[in-house]
Amino acid sequence: MSALAETTSPTRQLGVGEFHTFEASGQRFAYMVPSAAVFALDDCSVAVVELLKTRPQAPEELLAALAPRFGEQTVKDAVNELHRIRAIGELAAKAPAPKVIPLKPMPIQTLVVNVTNQCNLSCEYCYEYGEDKIVDTENGSQPKFMSAETARAAVDLALRESNPGKTAHITFFGGETLMNFKVLKSTVAYARDSAKALNREVDFSLTTNATLLQPDVIDFLADERIGVTISIDGPQEIQDKFRVFSNGKGSYDIAAPKIKALLARHKTRPIGARVTLTKQTLDVKRIYKHLFEDMGFWEVGFAPVTTAPQRGHALEAGPGYDHLLEQFRQLAAEFLEASLQNRHHGFSNVRETLQEIHMGHAKAYPCGAGIGLLGVATDGEVSLCHRFAGSENHRFGSVTDGIDRAKQATFLDEHHISNKTDCATCWARPICGGGCYHEAHTRYGATTQPNLHYCEWIRGWTHTCLEIYGELAVKNPGFLRQFDGDDDEAPQRH
Amino acid sequence: MKHLNAINRKAALVVASTEADVVALQQQGGGPPQQPEKPHIPPGCSTVFSPGWEADHAGGTAGLCSPVERDLFDCHMGCFWPAQVPDQLNHAPDWTAKCAVAQKDWRKIDLVFPG
Ligand code: SF4
Ligand code: SF4
Repeated sequence: MSALAETTSPTRQLGVGEFHTFEASGQRFAYMVPSAAVFALDDCSVAVVELLKTRPQAPEELLAALAPRFGEQTVKDAVNELHRIRAIGELAAKAPAPKVIPLKPMPIQTLVVNVTNQCNLSCEYCYEYGEDKIVDTENGSQPKFMSAETARAAVDLALRESNPGKTAHITFFGGETLMNFKVLKSTVAYARDSAKALNREVDFSLTTNATLLQPDVIDFLADERIGVTISIDGPQEIQDKFRVFSNGKGSYDIAAPKIKALLARHKTRPIGARVTLTKQTLDVKRIYKHLFEDMGFWEVGFAPVTTAPQRGHALEAGPGYDHLLEQFRQLAAEFLEASLQNRHHGFSNVRETLQEIHMGHAKAYPCGAGIGLLGVATDGEVSLCHRFAGSENHRFGSVTDGIDRAKQATFLDEHHISNKTDCATCWARPICGGGCYHEAHTRYGATTQPNLHYCEWIRGWTHTCLEIYGELAVKNPGFLRQFDGDDDEAPQRH
Repeated sequence: MKHLNAINRKAALVVASTEADVVALQQQGGGPPQQPEKPHIPPGCSTVFSPGWEADHAGGTAGLCSPVERDLFDCHMGCFWPAQVPDQLNHAPDWTAKCAVAQKDWRKIDLVFPG
């Protein structure tokens, strides 16, 4: 830009800071960046912001323009308050954002233990087996099943490396987790005993495709209060499109009755469904209806398939994500309607985003991977997260040698949001953090890349959730109180 | 606050953490505060001397506790002597706009020509 394009003014100029505005229930709000604070604005402060958005101006000019409408003192107060939260400020140096790496050492909150890398299904889009896999689980050096000994060492690691005052969360993952039920079961018993000896709490969850849920397994899960997430894509014709056995036969007929049995028996924890959306199965409302209403899941979460863009099931970068956003918005409107009446709605994507908005954490990283969440491969190697389990390049130590803190520090340094130049001007960065490392690795071949293919979708979705949050804040603030609570206690999401 | 309402938990923290500023403001007798926002100085060994001018223990610049590239900003923010950098307050408010991270993006800062 040319330096003297604008004439210089000796007076102080006020301009707008970084925030995203939204409207809900007739009220204007600002989502502050990078602090992630949410403020409601009154008419006078809206007018100040609007005026400064057109061009920076001196306080006197601002006052002259708005005082007739609001009164001088009111404008002054509003300007002061906006200045105080940095919604407006002097036009001054935009200095590079500081880079704050979390204090070390970081306790583990959730350890994701891959008890097997084998699966009895052959879902075409799967990142473990499909064309996008990182680790060769068939011919690689990894054992197909984790030994009881390694699983016990993983438990020891989780108890040793977690915050002694908090619950240690252990999540079993796969492959198909229940293919190694024997080890899983003995590990739970071992962990309970160890935790008891240390006067600690330990909590378990797992993800399964439901095809191996025998009655004794269901009893165990219910009695041990194990959180269960079922991977299922929707009604029969949707589920059977990709979630198939190796002979190509769909898995719905086997899975559905077992899920019903599980939901009937396991009442100690809410049970959720996790849906993978592809280009061919993009029907969010119908899938939700089937899983929530017909089947009786407590909640349903959706994620677009992680895959290289050229695959046939990938969502198209532009229109695919627009379509997805539209569908999410429709279901989110139902969520809002139910929540205003204090009825439970199971669309977990909204709930999770509302939780994040409510807390207002400004994220320097997209998720807990490599910080409070780590994965363990079948041979006991610790990895960035479960999706990288067994990958040599994303190794962070092992269950016996402990966490490689030097490697972790390097990782955090390289992946900080301030390294992602494209994100530096994005208002959604406090909540997005640049997006999933695994997605980036699959899409761009590098975990350090921001996931630029879905920014429009992230911003669109965050905007929708902000509107819902605002609406609830005005009309049913009591609803938001459920999100108070000690967030350190919550397991790390992924 | 009369015109803004803190809605989420972070907003409440922001309000609480700026209480002190407000006291200062009131002492000035209303109107927006008169001092410009303090320049941002990335953390280093000390706020006065940046080790960027010097060398690390190995005689290089890789191990400095603040990157050498930070000096580009130091000249017009942290230092007390005039330097040949654009006047960011008046003429070239955006000269660093494309530079998110000094270490990585310093090549992207704008050239600014007088006149
Ligand atoms: S990945 Fe995209 S949406 Fe996320 S913070 Fe970066 S620019 Fe924003
Ligand atoms: S968001 Fe991605 S990188 Fe983070 S834990 Fe989940 S899969 Fe791993």
